[in-house]
Amino acid sequence: MIRPDAPVLLEIRDLQAAVDDQPILKGVNLTIRAGEIHAVMGRNGSGKSTLSKVLAGHPAYAVTGGSVLYRGENLLELDPEQRARIGLFLGFQYPVEIPGVSNLEFLRVATNARRAERGEEELDTFAFEDLVRERLAVVQMDPAFLERSVNEGFSGGEKKRNEILQMALLEPVVAILDETDSGLDIDALRIVAGGVNQLASPDNATLLITHYQRLLDLITPDHVHVMAAGRILRSGGKELALELERSGYDWVDQELARLGADAERQPAEVA
Amino acid sequence: MSSTATVGDLVSQPYKYGFVTDIETEKIPKGLSEDVVRLISSMKEEPAFLLNFRLRAYRQWLQMQEPDWAALGYPPIDYQDIVYYAAPKQKQQKASLDEVDPKLLETFDKLGIPLSEQKRLSNVAVDAVFDSVSIATTFREKLAEHGVIFCSISEAVKEHPELVERYLGTVVPSNDNYFAALNSAVFSDGSFVYIPKGVDCPMELSTYFRINSGDTGQFERTLIIAEEASSVSYLEGCTAPMFDTNQLHAAVVELVALEDASIKYSTVQNWYAGDENGVGGIYNFVTKRGHCRGDRSRISWTQVETGSAITWKYPSCVLQGADSVGEFYSVALTNNRQQADTGTKMVHVGPRTRSTIVSKGISAGHSVNSYRGLVQIGPKAIGARNYSQCDSMLIGDQAGANTYPYIRSQQPQASVEHEASTCRISADQLFYLQSRGIGFEEAVSMMVSGFCRDVFNQLPMEFAAEADKLLALKLEGSVG
Repeated sequence: MIRPDAPVLLEIRDLQAAVDDQPILKGVNLTIRAGEIHAVMGRNGSGKSTLSKVLAGHPAYAVTGGSVLYRGENLLELDPEQRARIGLFLGFQYPVEIPGVSNLEFLRVATNARRAERGEEELDTFAFEDLVRERLAVVQMDPAFLERSVNEGFSGGEKKRNEILQMALLEPVVAILDETDSGLDIDALRIVAGGVNQLASPDNATLLITHYQRLLDLITPDHVHVMAAGRILRSGGKELALELERSGYDWVDQELARLGADAERQPAEVA
Repeated sequence: MSSTATVGDLVSQPYKYGFVTDIETEKIPKGLSEDVVRLISSMKEEPAFLLNFRLRAYRQWLQMQEPDWAALGYPPIDYQDIVYYAAPKQKQQKASLDEVDPKLLETFDKLGIPLSEQKRLSNVAVDAVFDSVSIATTFREKLAEHGVIFCSISEAVKEHPELVERYLGTVVPSNDNYFAALNSAVFSDGSFVYIPKGVDCPMELSTYFRINSGDTGQFERTLIIAEEASSVSYLEGCTAPMFDTNQLHAAVVELVALEDASIKYSTVQNWYAGDENGVGGIYNFVTKRGHCRGDRSRISWTQVETGSAITWKYPSCVLQGADSVGEFYSVALTNNRQQADTGTKMVHVGPRTRSTIVSKGISAGHSVNSYRGLVQIGPKAIGARNYSQCDSMLIGDQAGANTYPYIRSQQPQASVEHEASTCRISADQLFYLQSRGIGFEEAVSMMVSGFCRDVFNQLPMEFAAEADKLLALKLEGSVG
């Protein structure tokens, strides 16, 4: 839902980031307002997963330039846990297994960390059980998964559903879903997409990172961005995703070649 | 702490029990000789059988070599540079706690072990040992109503010499090993527990060991006897001040379980571990063994080992009675420069004896943590079964973990299972938890307590939460 007067939740300006001194993001600009669903598409290595990790604060990525404002606050100076507590959520492409830590306890500690930030009271084990059972319905998940260790031995689809369950509990303001569709069969995809749609509201925003149109058939984006070589190359409405589906990414190479030529010419012009 | 630092950097955590109590102490001069052994015995006004026991052990010790097979490295111990007996000066006979030096009561208060009537734990009887002597034992009268004897071993020697003479050294013979021989020669205090036939001990029993002097060795001796169809749960805790020298702690614990008896022995060991460079800390060389003498008897060891510069400890079970059961649940945490070589021995003698070993080793910093265990099945142990599980968790990339399982079976109709695993807390796991709003330290502690859950579940309820907290405290700053 696009409302030009809706408050800006996330404002990314000329964001640059590197991993092991290798530049990956080379100046990303993106503005996300409340109520919007954005999709960032692009080929492998275009930098779209890096963007999601940098926003969440992964320690392996160093921000080398630019800024990110989250509801007007400098996001980049916050620890990952603090970013989560104030409402940023990253749905992982590969959710991590944590043996020995019960899923239920993990969900409860995470939910309470977010609640504390919002000034809400901590939920005890019983109150939390009630809440989690209600939210399980969002992703049609079997309560038996609560008793297991976090993601341990879960199938690909179960892991992704567990991510959306976490999203349902944490009620994020900005949810970034990194390739949530990868490795899902069509039934699981429907359930996950259905969960995301249920959780979208005029007050929050969703950033989908994906390769494929098939997720966007189920979750309709307001804005589509194509990423390549660490930048957003083109932005448009939902038609842009359909166009990509038809014509592929070949035009991206031409565009990049042109930009590369520009970049080479520039110093001469300056001189 | 910045959460963006890499896993493996180390910061030392202040040890909160590191204070010294300023109290006048009566010490004998440093050094060990036959005269010192005689002096200790005469100061304690011991009967002849005990002096003879000590002298025999001392002579055996002189003939023995310090063991060098453990995966431990430390400079040679100078046994002549140790004080073998130190006691806080106070009135000889204490009619009640009121006569105990308030400084001592205060010390135990500070350690979280209040002894006075008003403050003491309501369901745990405590024997408090300070350097070489027992200061006080709570709830003695209440226990006596059930026929349970719970006192210091020095008192037991005076009041129940026949029981001490009958059982002392029958589980761990004085010449069992170098440190057991040393202990048998010079042991000072420790606890004595006797549970009569058919009695389930009505409360948890606990001994708290405190080393205070910087140059004194602590040689505790504990003896627990569970008569037929009786049961008891016992817990020991230990702390020591911070010194930049090493103190020797060489204990012997003997457990005897007769027919249908059950003994649960838990340890939360938090001796001073030395600083981050490995200076100071306790050398903990301990022999603990239980003897399942009767049919269907059961002995269970649970230990949480977090302290000491060096840990050399193998709580064991000799399963003699038919259908007897031995259990060993252990969490050993090492950080900085700590070294631990710990495990168990399960010696199956009788038919259908069963044993379970669950060992969890956590190594952080530059520490080395080794599990060493023996499962031995004798020729008469038809149908004996053992299950062993040894898991190691590494934190950072400078720590070491070793597993040395020894299995010897002389019985074809026995089953022995051994499983082992090693894992590492990865940066990705930490980031995942953090990205859900869980702080860095809490994330580590969640993963560690998840790893240890099988063992913590075995601790008496009052202490399980305590152990969880202790582990979190010990690891604070170790990852990051």
